[in-house]
Order: sequence, then C-alpha cells, then structure tokens
Amino acid sequence: MILPAVLGALVVAVPVLGLVVQVDFAGFWRLISSESSVAALWLSLRTAAASTALCILLGTPLALVLARSDFTAKRLVRSLILLPLVLPPVVGGIALLHAFGRAGLVGRYFEVFGFSVAFTTTAVVLAQTFVSLPFLVVGLEGALRSAGTRYEGLAATLGAGPGTVLHRITLPLVLPGLASGAVLAFARSLGEFGATLTFAGSLQGVTRTLPLEIYLQRETDPAAAVALSLVLVAVAVAVVGISAPRAFSVGGRPG
Amino acid sequence: MSRQGHGRDSAGRFGWAPLSGATTAVVGAAVMALALSGCGTGGGGGASGENTTLTVYAAASLTESFEDLAAQFEENHPGVDVQLNFGGSSTLVTQLQDGAPADVFASADQANMDKAVDADLIDGSPSIFAGNTLTVAVPSGNPAGVTSFEDLAGDDVDVVVCETRVPCGTATQKIEDLTGVTLDPVSEESSVTDVMGKVTSGQADAGVVYRTDVKAAGDSVEEVEIDRADQVVNEYPIATVKSAGNADLAREFIELVEGPDGQARLAEEGFRSP
Repeated sequence: MILPAVLGALVVAVPVLGLVVQVDFAGFWRLISSESSVAALWLSLRTAAASTALCILLGTPLALVLARSDFTAKRLVRSLILLPLVLPPVVGGIALLHAFGRAGLVGRYFEVFGFSVAFTTTAVVLAQTFVSLPFLVVGLEGALRSAGTRYEGLAATLGAGPGTVLHRITLPLVLPGLASGAVLAFARSLGEFGATLTFAGSLQGVTRTLPLEIYLQRETDPAAAVALSLVLVAVAVAVVGISAPRAFSVGGRPG
Repeated sequence: MSRQGHGRDSAGRFGWAPLSGATTAVVGAAVMALALSGCGTGGGGGASGENTTLTVYAAASLTESFEDLAAQFEENHPGVDVQLNFGGSSTLVTQLQDGAPADVFASADQANMDKAVDADLIDGSPSIFAGNTLTVAVPSGNPAGVTSFEDLAGDDVDVVVCETRVPCGTATQKIEDLTGVTLDPVSEESSVTDVMGKVTSGQADAGVVYRTDVKAAGDSVEEVEIDRADQVVNEYPIATVKSAGNADLAREFIELVEGPDGQARLAEEGFRSP
C-alpha cells in the first residue's frame, strides 16, 4: 500500500526534480529574458487570460444546465465536453483545423466573409479554450451539485425570480468552485502545446506561446529551454497552490 | 506530460474510491509492466541467443526508405532484427547523449551529427549518404496560383516556412539570401512536418519544404520548383555509434544505405546522391 503510493509520488516528483537540477541558475535571467522568450511569455499570459474568460463565459451556463436540468442526452453531452481531457492535444488540433481552418466545416464560411482565424492569435485562444473548457465545467458542475438546490428553492418560494436566484444565491454559493475551475483552465491554457502547434502555427508574438518557444529553443539552446520550462513549472505550482485545496475537496463536501 | 497530471486532478474530483486492494493490484501490475518493458528495450547486446538486434536511429524524413532497407537487410541477414527509431535529428542526438542504445545514427543535417561527434558518441568519421533540396509545396489545385519562389513574397500568399533555428529554416534563409526574395511568413514552424501539415490541410497557400516531403505527400500537394534550389543542399550524414553492440553489422547496414540498392531506394523518395 505504502510502496505503490511512494512510487506514484516519485513518478511525478523525480522528473520535476531532474528539471530543477538541470537549470543553469547563474545564467537563468539571461536565458529567460531573450526577446523571443519574453514575447512568448507575454503572448502565453494574454491568450491564457482570454481563453479563461471565454471558458467562464461559455462554461458557466453549460455547467448550470448539466447540474440543474434533466434531459435525455445529458450523459452524452457531458461525455462530449470531457472529450478534450482525454484526447491527445494534437488530435484536438487536427479536429479544430477541420472545423475552423480555411477549408474546414465552419471555417470555409468565415472565408466567404473575408475573415480567417488561420495563423492568428484568435486561433491560439480557440485551441486553448477547446482544451480548457472541461476543467471549468467539471469543477463548476461539482460545486453546483454539492451546493444543492435547497437555498435556491427557498429563495424561489420567497418570490425571487430565476434571474435573481441565479445572481443572488447560486453564483455566490459556487464562486469558490468557479474560481478554482477558472484557475485550472488558465493553467491548462498556459500549457497548451499540441493543439496550438497543429492548428494555429508558430510565429513570434502572434502564435508562438511559451510551450512552443520551449520546443523550438530545444533545437539550438537546450539550456534556455530548461530555464523556460522552470518558469512554467513555477507558474503551475503557483496555480495548483491556489486552486488545489478547493478543487480536490469539492467532490467530498457534504451536499 | 502535463496532460496526464491534469487527468489525475480531475479523476480525483470524479470521486474515485480511495485505494482498494484491487487498485493496489493494478498499480503493482503497472510497475511490473514498466520494469519488464525496461528490460525489453535493452537491445544492441545480442551476444546470447540466436537473434541479434541492430538498432538504427534515423531522421524522420528517412522513414519510408529505411523501413524498406531494414526489411532487405533482415532478409540478407537471417537472425538479425533491425529496430528503427525515427525522430527529429536533434531529438535523436539528445536520446543518444542520454545513453539510448543505438548502433547506427543517420542525421538529417550536419549540425546534429557534429553534436553527436562532439559528444564522443560516434565511431570513426560520418559519411554523407544523401542530399535533400528545398522546394515549394502548394495545396492541390494551387489556390493562390503560385508559379515561382518569387511569388511567395506576395501579400496575398499565406506562406509557411521552418523557423531559422531548425535545419529546413536555415536552408530557407539561404535560398532567400541567394534569390534576394524576402518572405513574410504567416507561421515559422518547428519542423518541416508541421509546415507540410499546414499545406496539406489547405491552411496555408504555400510552404517551403524538402523535395522528399512533397514526394511522400502524394496527391494532396503540388510542387513548384525553386530555380536555385540545387545551390542549397542539405546533406545527410550516417555513422556507427561508439556504444554499438554490433559494430560490424552497423557497418554493413551503412554499406547497404550507401550502395546501389540504398541509393536507388532513396532516389525514389526524392533524395539526391551525395
């Protein structure tokens, strides 16, 4: 029991430790402050913020519908929304390409209106939203379920309309769940690689996010790739630190 | 990598039961499997038993030709099993540096072979066995009407190239210098495969790639030749790896690649003879 547990922890800890040991701390600042690295970090932060906003905007209604209503296709819808969690990101990228690409299912109609997402920052945000949405929806739906409907029902019997119940009761109750879901979505967006590479392309300041820059740096300057990787690890640790206590307790909270 | 980490996070939130006896058994089995697969990849040894393994690390662009050549080699050497590992040349060098067992290394450029030589991984001196030149790939039907390399500089052409930090990007830069044409790409990819992906899917109007990539893509793309492509040849070196368990077999494999059969097969894929 203890042995597999320790092994499990080591599987995660050892690679991270290996990375940290490899970092050239003397040249760390020089390595991460090159023009291309800064451009990539800035782009990553902007796009991850945008996709997190989109996740909140689109994911909140979705979680509400999944948690509060009952319809026959619900299981199917939920499975579908969870799909990006288990799909290899490169598959997600290919799917996005054939949906929103220039010759894609929807993308070809964009073209007609002289509008194209190909090779734009919008494509990066789209890819990040695709892979991050499940984190927000799953987290928020869990929070909604454990919050229960008692207070909502009570408010309704006291004469509050559905809009008032939503704004005054439901959303404040699940705000911690929404926040931790949003933080996880942000982290996932920040780390997005496969779908971005396949769907959006790679151009400094436009589509080349930090993970793409790390992948490229590896070709010529492995030390810089390692240093930039540590930056992402630091961000990830911060994100998990903020959200984990809530994200992991949501399921276990009495409903 | 991070994907799996997140998967675990969410698994926690789906409310999986705490570790039970069954889970412990599964974990135990997984550990066993890991340990066993670790033994399996030993390769290269071959002193015991009848079967000998020859491990060949080769650049991804050599996939089709080397698969055929490996089959031919196995046919001519009963009891020899050729294991092929294809990847980006820099990835392969990194794996070799980390002690991956290989007998032969075929790189898609001199720079990565130099890295391997500098790291004292190579036995003897590498030899050039093939060359690759750049060309322009356009989606079938050539929607942007590209007829020359110069056309790629036009505002209305979405062109994708390799980033200058990877070999195909360096070569593209040389062509730009030679022809005096400055491209304004919509994307600078980290591998030529990614450039091809953007062209075959019709995302881009054109991509600067290797001739072998166009050959491999078949009907999904058309080729627009670059006039002075011959002046920028990307050379492919091959060598025996120092830690090779089968130096003699490794040399024989290199002889096959450099011999008439190997060269003919490579030519079919669009490679030039050195």
